[in-house]
Amino acid sequence: MRNKNMREEPVAKKILIVDDEPNIVLSLEFMMKKEGFEVAVAGDGDAALERVAGFAPDLVLLDVMMPNKSGYEVCQLLRADPARAGLKIVMLTAKGRETEVAKGMALGADAYVTKPFSTKDLVAQVKALLA
Amino acid sequence: MLSGWTVILASFAYLGILFAIAWVADRRADQGRSLIANPTIYALSLAVYCTTWTFYGSVGRAAASGVGFLPIYLGPTLMMVLGWSVIRKIIHVVKANRITSIADFVASRYGKSQLLGGAVTVIAVVGVIPYIALQLKAVSNSFTILAAAPAIVMPAQHSAVPLLHDSALYVAVIMALFTILFGTRHLDATERHEGMVAAIAFESVVKLVSFVAVGLFVTYGLYDGFADIFARARALPGLERLLTTADTAVGYGSWATLTFLSMLSVLLLPRQFQIAVVENVNPAHLKRAVWLFPLYLFIINLFVLPIALGGLMHFAGGVDADTFVLTLPMDNRSEGLALFAYIGGLSAATGMIIVETIALSTMVCNDLVMPLLLRRDWFGLRARADLSGLLLTIRRWAIVAILMLGYAYFRLAGEAYALVSIGLISFAAVAQFAPVLIGGLYWKGGTRSGALAGLLAGFAVWLYTLLLPSFAKSGWLPADFMTAGLFGVELLRPQQLFGLTGLDEIGHCLLWSLLANIGAYVGVSLLRPPDVREARQASLFVDALRLEDAGRWASGGGTTAQVSELLALAGRFLGPEKARAAFEQFARERGVALARLTANAELVRFAESQLAGAIGSASARVMVASVVEEEPLGLDEVMNILDEASQVRAYSQELERKSRELTRATADLRDANERLRELDRMKDDFISTVTHELRTPLTSIRAFSEMLHEDPRIELAERTRFLGIIVGETERLSRLINQILDLAKLESGRADWTSVEVDLAEVIRAASASLSQLYKDKGVALALDIDARLPGVMADRDRLMQVMINLLSNAVKFAPAAQGRVKVSAGGTAAEVRVTVVDNGPGIRAAERETIFEKFRQGGQDVLTDKPRGTGLGLPISRQIIEYFGGRLWLEAPGEPGEGARFVFTLPLSTGDNAEQEHAGGASGEEDTDRGR
Repeated sequence: MRNKNMREEPVAKKILIVDDEPNIVLSLEFMMKKEGFEVAVAGDGDAALERVAGFAPDLVLLDVMMPNKSGYEVCQLLRADPARAGLKIVMLTAKGRETEVAKGMALGADAYVTKPFSTKDLVAQVKALLA
Repeated sequence: MLSGWTVILASFAYLGILFAIAWVADRRADQGRSLIANPTIYALSLAVYCTTWTFYGSVGRAAASGVGFLPIYLGPTLMMVLGWSVIRKIIHVVKANRITSIADFVASRYGKSQLLGGAVTVIAVVGVIPYIALQLKAVSNSFTILAAAPAIVMPAQHSAVPLLHDSALYVAVIMALFTILFGTRHLDATERHEGMVAAIAFESVVKLVSFVAVGLFVTYGLYDGFADIFARARALPGLERLLTTADTAVGYGSWATLTFLSMLSVLLLPRQFQIAVVENVNPAHLKRAVWLFPLYLFIINLFVLPIALGGLMHFAGGVDADTFVLTLPMDNRSEGLALFAYIGGLSAATGMIIVETIALSTMVCNDLVMPLLLRRDWFGLRARADLSGLLLTIRRWAIVAILMLGYAYFRLAGEAYALVSIGLISFAAVAQFAPVLIGGLYWKGGTRSGALAGLLAGFAVWLYTLLLPSFAKSGWLPADFMTAGLFGVELLRPQQLFGLTGLDEIGHCLLWSLLANIGAYVGVSLLRPPDVREARQASLFVDALRLEDAGRWASGGGTTAQVSELLALAGRFLGPEKARAAFEQFARERGVALARLTANAELVRFAESQLAGAIGSASARVMVASVVEEEPLGLDEVMNILDEASQVRAYSQELERKSRELTRATADLRDANERLRELDRMKDDFISTVTHELRTPLTSIRAFSEMLHEDPRIELAERTRFLGIIVGETERLSRLINQILDLAKLESGRADWTSVEVDLAEVIRAASASLSQLYKDKGVALALDIDARLPGVMADRDRLMQVMINLLSNAVKFAPAAQGRVKVSAGGTAAEVRVTVVDNGPGIRAAERETIFEKFRQGGQDVLTDKPRGTGLGLPISRQIIEYFGGRLWLEAPGEPGEGARFVFTLPLSTGDNAEQEHAGGASGEEDTDRGR
């Protein structure tokens, strides 16, 4: 991974952070930038879809409980778009019930992370997905 | 050489043979191999009709009136040929109703009347006693004549003989003992005596063979055949008359009378009823009897005239014609034949006496003595378990009494009459049963009173016109009673009653007695309609054959008519639709249309099983039988069925009621369960929401803490900012937890409230003061417009403070910085105070004005960016508080342009006291900058 990264140094992976909670967006943004990713943020589902189109991220950190469009809906729409086939989606949710995890995975999420999460683990998971 | 002892020995030997036959037949019956289950035996046993009267008396009557003896046999022949359907019907009725005698029959027909049974019994006993006397006389005379052989000596007048030397007395005693041995050895529930019937059939053969033997002896031994006898007789002037029928009006009338009388007698004499009906094994046997019995009568009468004529020609007077059967062989030195003739006569007598006395004793016991004993309960009968011994004793004494009465009549009146005349007296007596019996079989209108009146009227006339004259003729009653009439009234002369002449005494008696009988029977019956019991019995008797036919029909193949009856029956208990559906299903399974279904055994069983489900199997059986076999449905059974049916109905109503209750309870349970599920779902949602709300600030706290912890190189400015966020989120978390607990307390009703007079204006000012720094920081102007005369309210000051702070902090949060304006107005009406909080923020969409009061339902996400987030619980809590004090909290549409959210709450004036007076520490009105939008 590192080799690859080093080889393709100028091309930083792009991550879109979607959450309606400003403080969480702030922390995630700080975290991902520090790891060297190019980061964009969105506060709700509609904004997220907009940003995906404009920003063309490699991975989306997607909160589930959001106004306008829920993370599930956004995930479904992204997965329905063949142009976004390689896009990785990591669902973030404060609702940790099994059914919700299952639902997220069924809708095509690559990973499902329960809030509050360990920053180290989250970063490792994102890196693994983008490797 | 015949000595008295030889005759006696022969007599006892013959009786012994009879007894043996009876014993064997009884044994066979017990083993189930009945000897008498044979139509020929039945026909032969019917010949018990031929008694000594036939054996000796016919010859006597033929000698006196020529062919005048014939009506006695024409009658039965006619009865068998023409009236066999009547007999068949009677047999069916008797079998169906377990009738044991003619008295039982009449009693049963008219509503099981004991009185009627008793009356019939008395009439039968009184009427038949002359007949029994006749047998005693015949046996006694024949013995006396035979014992005197070879001399022909006519018996002396019995009344002249001392009692203890009268052979008739001994005959009576021996007959009584024999009958007792014969017929009352054991008690038969059906009153059937197989052994007796077998012996009677045997006797019929003996007397026939014996008589025919004498006839052949006379016709072909003494003369040269019939032609010879009749030719010789015609030559004699006195005898020619005998060969014509009747040459006078009286003669013709007499023929008709006697034919009619004997028609009735062959059925109505107790012994005939016993043999023809009660002892009948199988109604089908009647078919052979219809021709075999008349044939028997024909054969036994074939030689009557030859013997009579031969006797008259042989003996030039001095010999009683009644004895010709005996005296002709004797006088011609054929002692063996004479003995055989005597045995024949004995057999005729014993047959009659045995059957008659058994039949009468049964009647006396069952219809006279037992009812009396049971009514009076003299011997504690009801308590006794086994009455059979007592019954047999009564019967034995009845037999003795009947024979002794017979003997007494014989001593008193017997001498004055020829055998035939005595017999006719009995015939006329039992003829009195005809109207009630025949009428009862074909007319449903007959009643108990009618039957009793008819019987008694007929019997009284018979007594007056026939029995009493027989006593008078014997000199036992004054003779002028006969000639001058009762009390000297000529119109009441017994044998010319009301001046009626031109008839012989039998015809005369029959006319008047039957007139009185039928008149009273019909007349009294018509006085009132039959009651329930009478009507029920009437239908059982009158409809007996129809019912029988209907039953055979059903089992034979059935008709569609009965299918509809079955359907109707099933419908009555199952409900018409259900029954019809079941029957249609049944028809479909057999591939036929319902209309073409036949009432075969399968359908009957099906119907029965359908009904059994509804009314129980026993009732179902009876009900179905009532349709299919038309089995007699007793009153008791009907009552039971009605009872059972009403119980079933009550039970099913009860069931229905319970089922309704159950349905209701089920619905209640379902509702409750639904509510519980809803609550459970709400709880799940609540927990899920609370979890989410708690995790959200935790996420920020954890993320920033970890970053600060792991990366010491983060710049100070960032570090400070991150720590500020952590502090803010921690506060939010604490607030959230406090509010959740607060709300839980409010909702569960466990919150502590105080309720005192609160000065609302002071509360509003205090809340404003506590938030003044916040307003100042954001540059929002807060204006208070409080009515000076604002009345007090009953409330908890701290809780009202909590509400005011919630509303004011929400307002400042959404009011634009620097240009923000928030206005609080408070005023009162007669019933309540009203507080309004208006800001000039973005406002709330109309659709959200109610949902904003739901828990965790926050609004305004789109307008707030980096402000500390609310918990989404402030407004729900505020509403709970206001409503607790009887007020309302809601969001109004903006009053004027530029207005944002407009919150209003009201509280009732302190007169409306709905809060407790108890004071306890309320939850503090913690500062809350929350606006649960």
